[in-house]
Order: sequence, then C-alpha cells, then structure tokens
Amino acid sequence: MSGRSGPGTAAGLRLRVDFIACDGRGVCAAALPGLISLDDWGFPVVRDEVVPGRLLADAQATVRACPKLALRLERGR
Amino acid sequence: MLLAGPQARLLYPGAGPARLAEHTARYGPLPRGLRRPQRETLIAEVGRAGLTGRGGAGFPTARKLAAVAAAHAPVVVANGTEGEPASAKDRVLMARSPHLVLDGAVLAAELTGAREAVIVAHRDVREIMDEAAAERARAGLDRVRLVVRTAAEGFVAGQASAVVRWIQRGVPAPTATPPRLAQRGLHGAPTLVQNVETLAHLALIARYGAAWFRAAGTPAEPGTMLVTVTGAVRQPGVLEIGIGVPAGQVLEQAGGASAPLRALLLGGYFGTWVDAAAALGRPLSSAGLADLGAGPGAGLIVALPTGACGLRETARLARYLAGQSAGQCGPCRFGLPAIAGEVERLAAGQDTDTGLLRRWLGQVDGRGGCAHPDGAVRMIRSALRTFGAEPDTHR
Repeated sequence: MSGRSGPGTAAGLRLRVDFIACDGRGVCAAALPGLISLDDWGFPVVRDEVVPGRLLADAQATVRACPKLALRLERGR
Repeated sequence: MLLAGPQARLLYPGAGPARLAEHTARYGPLPRGLRRPQRETLIAEVGRAGLTGRGGAGFPTARKLAAVAAAHAPVVVANGTEGEPASAKDRVLMARSPHLVLDGAVLAAELTGAREAVIVAHRDVREIMDEAAAERARAGLDRVRLVVRTAAEGFVAGQASAVVRWIQRGVPAPTATPPRLAQRGLHGAPTLVQNVETLAHLALIARYGAAWFRAAGTPAEPGTMLVTVTGAVRQPGVLEIGIGVPAGQVLEQAGGASAPLRALLLGGYFGTWVDAAAALGRPLSSAGLADLGAGPGAGLIVALPTGACGLRETARLARYLAGQSAGQCGPCRFGLPAIAGEVERLAAGQDTDTGLLRRWLGQVDGRGGCAHPDGAVRMIRSALRTFGAEPDTHR
C-alpha cells in the first residue's frame, strides 16, 4: 500500500456506489472481485477500506467501465 | 384529538387556526428587517438556545442557518410533509398555529438572505396555510415571498432532498448526496430545509431569547417538542412536552395506558421498539434513551399492549416500509420486500431461524441513496431484540 499522502496522490481513496444510479449490471464485481462482491439481489457490496495502491489502477478502470456511472472513487470516509 | 400539555408554547390554545390578529396578540410582533449584525446575533442566539431539528434528525439549527447564510442567493423550504403515517404533530401545529410556522419561515429567510420561502404543507392543512399566507399578504407583513405547495404523500417524500425534488420536478424521491442541499438544492440554489416545528421554535426564540427557550427541556437538550402518542392510550393525540419528561408521564398526559403495555415504539416507523417496563421511567430525550438504542426521533410514541404480538406489528410495519421505498436503489427495492417476507414468516410462527433475515438486514443497511433502508433495518433489529424471534403465544 502507498504510504504517501497529499495532493496528487491516491491516499485515502475509497470506492463508493451511487445506489440511485446503480442498475446492478455487475460489471464492477466482475472487474474488481478483490474489492467488490454482489449482494443477494446482484447489487455491489464494496469493501469499506482505502483502495490499496496495487489495485488503484484497476479500481480507476472499473469506475470508468461502469455503464451507469454509478461507481466513484472518493477521498475520506 | 388534540391535547395541549402543560408546556404549551407552540399550539394555539383556542379553536384554531389562530388568525393573524390572535397570533400577534398572543406572541407579540416578530423581529423584522434585520441587518447583517443583527442576523449574526440572532443566529448565535439560536445556537445558545440549543435548538435542533424536530423532523427527526436533530441537527443543530444554528449551524444549518449559518451554512446557508454564508451562501449566495439561497432559498428556504419549510418542510410540513409529515410522511410518517402515524405522526400528526406537524399537521396539528399547522392547523392550530399556521402563523407561527410562517413566522419561522420568514425569519429563516431573513437570517439566510433568502427572498423566498416555500411552505410544503400536508394536504390536510394546505388550505389553512394558503389562508394564513393570504392574510399576511393583505397585511403587507413580509418582505419575503411565501409560496405554499401541497406536499407529496408517502413515507420517503418527507426526506429533505425528496421535498426539494418534489417542488422542482414533481418527483417525491430523494436525490444522491453530494451535492448537499445547502450547496445546491432547489433550482440549483443553496437551500435550507427545516421542519415546520423547528421553524415555529425559531420564531419564538427570536422573540423571547435563548434563556426563555432553555427554561424547558434538559441542559443538553433544551426546549419543548411535539409528540404524537398513539396505540394503547386513552386519549391518543399530539402533546407538547419538555424534552426529558419521562415516557410514562407522557403516556399519562395522553390519558394513560388503556391496557397493560408490552412495548413502546419510539421515534416513528423508523424508530426503536423497547420494552415498556424498561422505557416508562426513561426521560424522553436522546441521552435518556441512548442505552436502549432509541431516541425521540420525530416524536412518535406507539404503545403496544400485552395482548398484541410485537412481531406481527413489526411485520405490518416492515411490509408498509417496503411498499414505501422510492424504488430507486436496488438493495432497498428488492431487499425490503424480502425482509418483510421473513418477518411475516417469523410472526406467523412458520420459522424461527433468523439467519437469512439477519443476513439481508446487513445487506440493506446503509446501502441506499437516502436513510429509508437504514431506518427500516433499525426498527426490525430492535423488534428482534425486544420480542425475540418467536411470536407471542397468547393470541
């Protein structure tokens, strides 16, 4: 995990789902199984933790891949 | 039925609705035409009063006022939607004391620099609020423009973002956060949404000050609050109580229990079931109820008699709340009906294994665009704690 912090770094980024926008297509869970699973109705359950540096590029790609633009990377809690 | 308790500040004691002249005679004139330093002084006074939102969330009103006052060209929304079906306190307030609510809306607009206040009134009291606003217009009373709208019906329609979306688009469903309403709300303007009871308290603090306000309630939770008492009491209705009055005393003010009590539902349909024996001596305040996992919420108290089955009542509420989902978010839309079905099975004695129910409660909690699923989960978890997983056998 990255130990750096400050502007321009990835410290403290967490995945967040906008459930109003989310359709439950499941693209995210397939793309990022380490951080995202699906509930019993097919909607994403994201692990409530800072995205580790080694998964950050994958997480960013997954955010871009969401067909409903319902997945975000956000700083802080 | 209406009961004005010994702490009656907000509810006009006469036949109501109080006309403008009666209202002014009772409370005196509202401070008006506030300049910037006076606004800041009054917001600070509201802070010293310790007024918190009476719609259920309990957020400090002065902080909301200050945040919106710092923004450019804001708008004020008075939330009298009262989507909670068992609650009547906002309707009773508007029906008895419409001008106190309008005073508060006008004042909130002056304090924040808003030129317009939108009053969203439950349909039962829409005409009363219209008439009161017209009375003020004829008297040339307010610089602020008052617009009265009929509230949408339905449980989630009262959520602040749903109220804003209802006014703007005719859709009574919450919107995603961020942005917060104080940043971008109605028509993109910074928006202050306050419950109508909160605004009524604000109108009194402006007149009489923080020390007067704090003469009721507890030091940590000052003031009075309106409560709706229903279920197994002799005189169900709306009361005004000092925050921190014991729950049992509130029931006495509602005529007393009409049967031995098994449990109380405190706060609303999003509230918490607690054993009656544990709750009756407790102060009706956040601090007094915290270790029971409960709080006063929007002031609803439902008394459940020993002859009723708590799980069956919970199943009814769970099914209702499932039906009231706005249907925008999958976990709420699919999870709440599934959960309601499990609670119904428990209540019918068809199953006593709560494993799947608990799994689904965990999968729905905190996973919506608004607090609807969270509130339903909280209520159902409290029922499992209070009633266990087996239906009462005395039915």
